[in-house]
Amino acid sequence: MTDLLDIFLSASFWVALVRIASPLIFATMGELICERAGVLNLGIEGIMVFGAFAGWLTVYLGGGLWLGVGVAMLAGMAFGLLHGVLTVPFGLSQHVVGLGITLLATAAAYFAYRLALPEVTSPPKITPFAPWPIPGLAAIPLIGEGFFAQTPLTYAGFAVAGLTALVLFRTPLGLALRAAGENPAAVEAQGLSVTALRIGAVAVGSGLMAVGGAFLTLSAFSSFFFEMVNGRGWICIALVVFGGWKPGKAVLGALLFAAFDAGQIRLQQTALGATLPYQVFLMAPYLLSILALVVMSRRASVPAALMVPFNKGER
Amino acid sequence: MTRTGTAREIVLRLDGITKRFGALTANDAVSLSLARGEVVALLGENGAGKTTLMNILFGHYTADAGTVEVMGQVLPPGTPRAAIAAGVGMVHQHFTLADNLSVLDNILLGTRPLWSLRLNRAAARARVRALAQDFGLKVDPEARTGALSVGERQRVEILKALYREAQVLILDEPTAVLTPQESEALFATLRRATARGLSVIFISHKLHEVMAAADRVVVLRHGKVVGEVATADTSPPALAAMMVGAEVALPRVAAGVPGPVLLRLDDVTTPDEGARPGLKQVSLDLRAGQITGLAGVSGNGQAALADLLSGLIVPASGRLILSDEAPADWNPRAALAAGIGRIPEDRHRTGTIADFTLTENAILETYPQLTRAGLLDHRTARRFTEELIADYDVRCPGPEARIRLLSGGNMQKLILGRVLEARPRIILANQPVRGLDIGAVAYVHSRLISARDAGAAVLLISEDLDEIMGLSDVVQVISEGRLSPGFARGTMGAAELGQWMAGAGFDHAA
Repeated sequence: MTDLLDIFLSASFWVALVRIASPLIFATMGELICERAGVLNLGIEGIMVFGAFAGWLTVYLGGGLWLGVGVAMLAGMAFGLLHGVLTVPFGLSQHVVGLGITLLATAAAYFAYRLALPEVTSPPKITPFAPWPIPGLAAIPLIGEGFFAQTPLTYAGFAVAGLTALVLFRTPLGLALRAAGENPAAVEAQGLSVTALRIGAVAVGSGLMAVGGAFLTLSAFSSFFFEMVNGRGWICIALVVFGGWKPGKAVLGALLFAAFDAGQIRLQQTALGATLPYQVFLMAPYLLSILALVVMSRRASVPAALMVPFNKGER
Repeated sequence: MTRTGTAREIVLRLDGITKRFGALTANDAVSLSLARGEVVALLGENGAGKTTLMNILFGHYTADAGTVEVMGQVLPPGTPRAAIAAGVGMVHQHFTLADNLSVLDNILLGTRPLWSLRLNRAAARARVRALAQDFGLKVDPEARTGALSVGERQRVEILKALYREAQVLILDEPTAVLTPQESEALFATLRRATARGLSVIFISHKLHEVMAAADRVVVLRHGKVVGEVATADTSPPALAAMMVGAEVALPRVAAGVPGPVLLRLDDVTTPDEGARPGLKQVSLDLRAGQITGLAGVSGNGQAALADLLSGLIVPASGRLILSDEAPADWNPRAALAAGIGRIPEDRHRTGTIADFTLTENAILETYPQLTRAGLLDHRTARRFTEELIADYDVRCPGPEARIRLLSGGNMQKLILGRVLEARPRIILANQPVRGLDIGAVAYVHSRLISARDAGAAVLLISEDLDEIMGLSDVVQVISEGRLSPGFARGTMGAAELGQWMAGAGFDHAA
């Protein structure tokens, strides 16, 4: 028990927590935007892989870090556009298209990596974003370093979450987007295009997913390697449900998951870690996430038209 | 309601609208005009082309020929946005509201440019309140839309149109889902609105409300305008004749001869399911040789009662008794075995399997008996289906055609044949003629009456009071899961039944 307390009271735990949560926040906001408009985007995992690769390659080839973020975003939007066109006007199964996009984007990233670096055995490194401590705030005991001495991309993640909430709930565009996910016929009856709204949402959402992926290479690991996304996309889909399709609660969910993850690494190094197989600790965040999901998603209100294709002129 | 022929401003003009869907001509050179402050009723049977015409006017469909003019400006075809901007508001039969959004958000949707930065809810709320006050449309702007009653949701739809400063309001079958009292309130709102210069087109196939609410009636039949007349110069029978192309004689049904009780519900209560009320201490006798009509606005427990009789649910308390004994195990198979024939409410979803053939659909309830050596006896099944097609006048390509190709009327005839050929002792007819044309309606009704005369007990569930009052030997009203006492044929008028439908009367009776 004292081990656990020690972990919570160490500043490094909080730093790790926020760093682990950052890519999840980007990608969760992306998925949330898609689902609010009525499209389940299972391409998230692959789009994150491609975003990680595209961002890394840009910087490796001499581009700036922010250019890397921009390229990743555009690449993600391209995959989102493909997803949107297939699922919205063509009305194909969102499950099948999404999984297809994940396989395509993942394979494309690995293939392009091998093409770009045929000879390399250990992944080359780039210089990632450096932390930007915010004067004053970073000196807050315990959590100051965690929340206010991160890289600019982390701050951007929280800004994106705030912006997502603001747009969704305070602007005409957000209202139209939410209505497209609740009852597309209502949108159509007001003379707005459900197709444009949904494709736009999927494209922008996919762009954010790719930035989430790029965070891994540009702000966390500084190189690109296979399997680095490692199921984070699927976690984000669960986080959207956990957050009840609300940006604020979804960010809390991401922080909670990150806490489990940061905690388990540190628990492995305690006396308890010596008695249990390390796989138990690796499993723990997922188990706890499922538990939290069960508790939290009871009262969540799913967008009523999620996964329901809309055909103009049909009832 | 005297309207003189003086030149009033024409706000809307449809000219030569033609629309074809494949071989079907839904609108055939339809022309129509609407003056400021006028209420025009668009009257016609199901499938006469009323809704198609309004969807063209609103820009949901593009006409093959013809123009729509609002305030003298020709609207570009196929763009709802242009229609809205020109001042056309439409209240669809199936409301286009998002249940999880607030009333205010539903009204605001699409009213401001998408890229503007603020919704400005506070100003909008004040305006919605003012409009609601002016037009007598009481509704809370902050309420979640899904929590509203049907009548309230309709008010939201009308507010949506008024908020956009609509000059022309189109109402598609506005009273289909309302109680007579709610309909009255709607008509009062319309009178207030027209006094302020709003023009209204409302689509209906109910003669009495057309007479009550409209200044002028345009009658459509098979996509053509077959008559246009001021309500002051016409009568319901004359309108009915125009609608169907001949004088219709309302069927005169001889009273049935009641026999023994075949099914009895004794103080039955079933649980509520979400927004759908269960039954509340309902007692009901279904007698042989008698049609019991169940009147009520939909969503008041009809579904629970139908599910109970079909064996889909069991009473939470109280008893269901078949010929003096309570069945030990009540489920759909037991209901079939007890001789309950079911004509389900939704023939597409629960009555048939769309991609099965007519033959497969015809034997859905009897296939366990139709086997030889454990295999389906296709030859017998097919012969049975061919007989059904002939006896029940099902117009179709053949017994092996997929049933989704059939029109609603023909689908219903096949279901009717399937049910009646099993010689049921009890028939549950849930909205048996909804959406059918007059010919098919008369056919279904005559078959139900002959089944009654052959000794079956019929429970007729319908939202159409005329149908209930015309066919039933006993009428009972269901409201919020409670059942009124039985009223013998001819003892209750529509207004009195309407009171019961709205819930009055139960408190005194209880």
